[in-house]
Amino acid sequence: MATGRDDFVIAIRSAFLKKKDKQKFSLLTLIFLSVFVIILSNFNFKAIQFIKIGINEVIYRSSYISSIPENKIKAMIYDFKSHMDLYENYKQELTSEKNIEQIELLNNFLNSENKKLRDLIDESISSEEIFAKVLIDKDSPYLKSVVLNKGTKDKVKLGMAVIDEVYLVGQIIEVNYSNSRALLLSDLNSKIPSVLEPDDIQAVVSGTGGDFGIIEHTQEDYKEGFKNREIIVYTSGRGGLFKPGIPIGKIDKSKTEKINFFSDFTQLNYVKIISYKVGGGK
Amino acid sequence: MSSLNKSPFLRIFVSYLPLVILFFSVFNEFDFNYLKLDYFAFNFVHLLIFFWTLRNPDKLGYLAIFFAGIINDVVIGIPLGISSFCYLILCSVTAYIRNITLSPNFIKDWISLLFTILLINSIQVIILDLVFLIQVDYTNYLINSGFTFLFYPIFFLLFNFLNERISDQTND
Repeated sequence: MATGRDDFVIAIRSAFLKKKDKQKFSLLTLIFLSVFVIILSNFNFKAIQFIKIGINEVIYRSSYISSIPENKIKAMIYDFKSHMDLYENYKQELTSEKNIEQIELLNNFLNSENKKLRDLIDESISSEEIFAKVLIDKDSPYLKSVVLNKGTKDKVKLGMAVIDEVYLVGQIIEVNYSNSRALLLSDLNSKIPSVLEPDDIQAVVSGTGGDFGIIEHTQEDYKEGFKNREIIVYTSGRGGLFKPGIPIGKIDKSKTEKINFFSDFTQLNYVKIISYKVGGGK
Repeated sequence: MSSLNKSPFLRIFVSYLPLVILFFSVFNEFDFNYLKLDYFAFNFVHLLIFFWTLRNPDKLGYLAIFFAGIINDVVIGIPLGISSFCYLILCSVTAYIRNITLSPNFIKDWISLLFTILLINSIQVIILDLVFLIQVDYTNYLINSGFTFLFYPIFFLLFNFLNERISDQTND
């Protein structure tokens, strides 16, 4: 029994401490080093932040270059799929374009009325837009995020909204000198204060890790009322980061908790990074 | 293949191929997600490290694995050091198996892989969820572990072929 335990100890000691001819460091040294790195990355000291930013800058750029072949394959698969769905898409476009002129006229009127009402209460919303290219879009099974090619040098700040056309896709969670990372709405850690229209119900849109979101913090009886109706989810503006009224998605008619996002997060090439300032007076 | 053995550049390239594949896959987060197949993802890097550190550790240095982990953390956006730690745990298991095994056996390796990836994914989930308070999807981790385990025989054949080529070149 004692011999068996000795063998086990010798095998463990040999595995952790013994270096092969071409290994420069023992496993134990590197394991301690990685634990040290994990502990350091938990702190937000200036020096550590600079090192992190430096590492991120180099790796994001290298990853972008090495992803070029993979991105080409992705684009080919997407082109092939869209080619196969061409007729279906055409039919959908036809139905959606029918009432577009009427909606546009009504929208213009509502916009001007909204502006007048804001003037009356002496409130203004100003925004700054930065156009960015998506450098890395890994759609990892763990964290749903994209890396953009704009950073602190372009005045990108933490918490800014990331918009695809007019739809909200996420928010900035990490900023480096020339690039930044945006957490997508589909990530489990994403929580966006929102409003469900036309019922004007406040809720929180949470990511699921999949390609859809869910509504949280609403009462069950409200959800019953959503069945077989078209409910659109917009940002509520609570929290002050986003302006109210940015479209997020549509509630699935069959499942009242499920939100289908308007934007396809797998096809993001260029996005807008926007900061809003809601304030009294001009 | 004999012509391949004659070219010095290709000989060097083939001998460094495991390292090249490792860095290429961490930069790309290689897991076939773009196929958009629901619940399909596997961790290629775990398979690569497991095979090479078990069968031919001279071709994949621990320091390189440590740096590959750091790159992986930056690319997927999790706190630095977690992947390195998990990869090195994988290496320590393979080093232990190597020390206690006289004649390598595929089935035993395969079963050890299952326990190892379950262990390292559990460690990763615990660190992310409990230490850094980052919410993770446990189902995704479980599915990823399952597919990684199932894909080992296929990659074992490919890597074994490559390993034999490298060994042939070394013997020449």
